[in-house]
Amino acid sequence: MTLLQVENVSKRFGSLVAVNEVSMTVEPGELRAVIGPNGAGKTTFFNLISGFAEPTSGRIVFDGEDVTKLLPARRVWRGIARTFQITEVFPELSVFENLLIAVEIASGFRLRVRLKAEEVAKVRARTNELLDMGRLADKAGRLVGELSHGDQRATEIMMALALNPRLLLLDEPTAGMGDQETYDITQLIRKLHKEHKLTMVLIEHDMRVVFHLADRIMVLAEGSLLAEGTPEQIAANEAVQAAYLGKAAA
Amino acid sequence: MSGFDPKKQAANIVVWLLLIAVPLWLPAVGGYIELGSRVVVLGLAALALNFLLGYTGVLSFGHAAYFGLGAYGVGMMIRYLVPSTGLGIVFGTLVGTVAAALIGPLIVRLRGVYFAMVTIAFGQVFYFIAFRWNSVTGGDDGLTGWTRQPLHFGFATVDILHKPNAFYYLVLALFALAAAVMAYLLRSPFGRTLLAIRENERRARFLGIPVDRHIWISWVISCGFVSLAGTLYALLNNFVDPRALYWTQSGDFVIMAVLGGMRSFWGPLIGAAIYVVLQDYLSSETANWQSFIGLFFVLVVLFFPRGVLGILRRKAAS
Repeated sequence: MTLLQVENVSKRFGSLVAVNEVSMTVEPGELRAVIGPNGAGKTTFFNLISGFAEPTSGRIVFDGEDVTKLLPARRVWRGIARTFQITEVFPELSVFENLLIAVEIASGFRLRVRLKAEEVAKVRARTNELLDMGRLADKAGRLVGELSHGDQRATEIMMALALNPRLLLLDEPTAGMGDQETYDITQLIRKLHKEHKLTMVLIEHDMRVVFHLADRIMVLAEGSLLAEGTPEQIAANEAVQAAYLGKAAA
Repeated sequence: MSGFDPKKQAANIVVWLLLIAVPLWLPAVGGYIELGSRVVVLGLAALALNFLLGYTGVLSFGHAAYFGLGAYGVGMMIRYLVPSTGLGIVFGTLVGTVAAALIGPLIVRLRGVYFAMVTIAFGQVFYFIAFRWNSVTGGDDGLTGWTRQPLHFGFATVDILHKPNAFYYLVLALFALAAAVMAYLLRSPFGRTLLAIRENERRARFLGIPVDRHIWISWVISCGFVSLAGTLYALLNNFVDPRALYWTQSGDFVIMAVLGGMRSFWGPLIGAAIYVVLQDYLSSETANWQSFIGLFFVLVVLFFPRGVLGILRRKAAS
């Protein structure tokens, strides 16, 4: 059964059409990449899916339920988590606290003022598990704001994962990273895809990453769907080449 | 947040010992016990404001409204209904808390300066009601003709009117209760959601926190304890007037919190102590005492944005 179905969504800001009648279908376990030149509407498209913005028209169905008008927090409760192009973390809290907060919320404890000993143990175990998975264990006590860009990004991804999402949206997970950091994040995403069968949609500029990871690729240009297909099909697509080369020539 | 931090515990022990021993040392350094009560009462208000400001990241300029409602609540209870200090405190605190809970939904969607402005506006509504409704509130002259009543404990009766030490310990006991509850909440999962909102509202939202609702809860808790402080303030003075509701009173709470350091739990209490002592000293020297407090405030904000406790902490760290 289809997990995410985006039907003809558009987003207009005044006379600017940021996203124009775009549709997308994501199956469970799929890793989908969204690519396109700057200003193609990729992030706006993400914002529509995650509830950061409401579409001007169109419909978004998640796991059979229409979520088009739901607030972000309610979409999170249904299993849609996301990261941002500019990392959104809690800079003045430690890495441990950042993940702990996410785990506590995911455990349904956000309004609790007291936890039982076994609940505390469970929450801590899960937090430590995430620290290990994100290779953050040795930095657990440090403030996130003091960490490298790559580690901040890893913290953000781990926070999203703490929510046990059924769909994870990653907005340029490797933006602004060095080769090693890019490699680490790519390995992490691959692991989540292969071992955890997590459904993911990611926006990415680094074509090595995209063609290395994605099952299917969707190309946006000027707000519209330009092409969609497997990495091989997209690599061979002339319209896509023109869009990228045209931009490079400009 | 986790484990035992000896440095933090040492600070807590020092604060509590100093507070408990106030009747012993304060007169020795030229103070008087009512000054101590005043510091603790206003310290409680500043601590309560800081629950919202320092730990949720929301600036209110209207906390005097709930402070004043608490103050009028206790005064009116004793003056018109039942001459009981205990009932008055409960009633005043409830009135302030309920008012905050009702006004909350109208303002928690706002952020930043808009939130602050609207809190002022609601505060001023209460101010004008108190100011105009002469027959009940005493208007500009304030609510007089009542005093704090002895506390009855079944086995004993404590005269808090003529024994300032006894009143000080009543104030301190309620302060301790309020501080303990706030500290406990801040260390809980719920408290951490507030830190999350302060740190990054967008991330908080995308972790699934209904941010507005959590801010509302934090607002009600904060205003509830400010109302409690207001009841104690009225009892301390045996008097309430509309200035307790005026927006400059709200500003004083903000000044205390920022002066002392809004990122530390005890900062606002330190700020309140500095404010009250400076006021006490300067106002006997000059009518323009507020200018000096203002100057001091500006200097602290410019050079020590983390407040007085922030300076001490940095010294201790280096």
